Amino acid sequence: MLTRLRDTAPKTFLLSAAALFSVFPLLSMFSAALAPQGSAPAGISVPLDPQWHNFVDAWNVANITTLLQSSVILVLGVVPVAVLISAMAAYAIAQLRIPFGGVFYLLLVFGLTLPFEIVVVPLYYQMQSLGLLNSRLGLILPLIGLNMPFAVYWMRTHFQSVPADITEASMIDGAGSWTAFRHIQLPLAVPALASLGVLMFLSTWNQFLLAIVLIDDPDKRTMAGALQGFVGAHSTDVVLLNAGALMIMAPTIFVFVVFQRYFVRAMLAGAVKG
Amino acid sequence: MTTVDGTAAPAAQAGAARPARPSRRAGAGASAARRRAAWAGWLFALPALVMYAVFELYPVFSAVQYSFYDWDGIGVASPAGVQNYVRVFTEPQLVASIAHSFVLILFFSILPVTLGLVVASITREIRSQFAGGVARTLMFLPQIIPGAASAIAWTWMYSPDGAVNQLLSALGLGAFTRTWLGDFTWALPAVGVIGTWLATGLCTLLLLAGIGKIDASIYEAAQIDGANRIQQFFAITLPGLRSEIGVCITITVIAALASFDVVFMSTQGGPGYSTTVPGVQVYQLAFTENRVGQSSALAVVLSVLVLAIILPLQRLFRER
Repeated sequence: MLTRLRDTAPKTFLLSAAALFSVFPLLSMFSAALAPQGSAPAGISVPLDPQWHNFVDAWNVANITTLLQSSVILVLGVVPVAVLISAMAAYAIAQLRIPFGGVFYLLLVFGLTLPFEIVVVPLYYQMQSLGLLNSRLGLILPLIGLNMPFAVYWMRTHFQSVPADITEASMIDGAGSWTAFRHIQLPLAVPALASLGVLMFLSTWNQFLLAIVLIDDPDKRTMAGALQGFVGAHSTDVVLLNAGALMIMAPTIFVFVVFQRYFVRAMLAGAVKG
Repeated sequence: MTTVDGTAAPAAQAGAARPARPSRRAGAGASAARRRAAWAGWLFALPALVMYAVFELYPVFSAVQYSFYDWDGIGVASPAGVQNYVRVFTEPQLVASIAHSFVLILFFSILPVTLGLVVASITREIRSQFAGGVARTLMFLPQIIPGAASAIAWTWMYSPDGAVNQLLSALGLGAFTRTWLGDFTWALPAVGVIGTWLATGLCTLLLLAGIGKIDASIYEAAQIDGANRIQQFFAITLPGLRSEIGVCITITVIAALASFDVVFMSTQGGPGYSTTVPGVQVYQLAFTENRVGQSSALAVVLSVLVLAIILPLQRLFRER
């Protein structure tokens, strides 16, 4: 028993140290966020007189209610559409065997490694000429398009693993391919669709570069994009800045903790596939 | 991308089981109908194709086009030949940005994978569900929060009153305290450490998941044969994690080369150009310096660079 403990204690310590390293900067922010406003807090300290109302003030100053609404609109605009049309395309490539489907797929794979840096400047001028600059639609449409390579790649992996006899059965009795897709293939794909949805939620919610380029008004941006405006306006007030930044992170952390199992599975699988 | 080969096999089986092949001899009428049906399948693929073509392929095409012009974003563009590309490799701030992105590979990729390997291989036997679960949640957090927010957290850590200087002072190393992100020598490594923080948790968890798939009896057999921990690591763990290591390196190298959020929010590329990276330069050239052609040339070079580094890595770590 004692040798067992002696063996596992250093390992547990190492794992704890790794975990502590991961949250330390957040703890440091948290301790600063609880200091009295206008004071100069130390890097990390035990807040003896925690000022919880700082968070309420930061919520109002950083306009979190508006930002939450804005981010939710963006996510609802991007994720369901992108998930549906990528699933349809993957179904067409993997199961309907459309002519030149392989070429289309290769074209998508080409997009997998393209950094956003190469599209952001042309997208700015494209949106300008479409009159969509500074509108949420002008951010939603490009995000759907830019999600296609990974999303179709992900869903194609799923549709290839569907046993052939299910595909055959779904096609029998003259049911059109849409009926087969809608009533048989789509319900079977729910786990893959859900994981994809989780990953897209995260990437949309945290989208920064496109948000700050395509939308000027911080209140219409994603939460991440809004941080830029918030920091610009409050960089000198350490307490409020940290409280506000924590509030901006809070929704993602909350959603993550609640749906943890799902996130971890999707992200580990997503990493391996991506 | 790693599973492209792995998934090809079931597809081939599914194809073989289809009745479409034998019935090809069944008369021209049936096969024409089948062809029509196959083309009708494009209705499913069309929305994705349109969105991808309009919002990714067309912008990429435009970027390549811009890169051969001098354009301030408003007036008339004038042809510039390959001058913009020449400047990517001669103008000091642009050369520096590319050089910095390679330095960042050390911090964003090599360090996290190394640390992840050490932590994962040492802690692999911890069976405690609770400790493992809590540690996992905490290690995932840096991946969940936006990169811009991580940059704010670390800007505070690195500030004169921040936790880094506070720790150094507490350890009696007060002489080493400085304004980390304002220091010409130390700003780049300091930004790099933010990337190390971002990626280490994810790499550790990916590698732990990979170790979990290695048959435990192999370790037992090695132990009976008298192999020590170090020998076990090099003979069993490292080869067994080949594809997981490949995945970690691929993701983190792309993150290093195409970094933007973290650098932009922590230093904006400064002081001077000491932490600038291609992403920040692409943004600043286009939107503050009005050199759209130059910005596009750098973006094209960056994309080619990512591809040129990732493709060989994919080949290297592909499972045999």
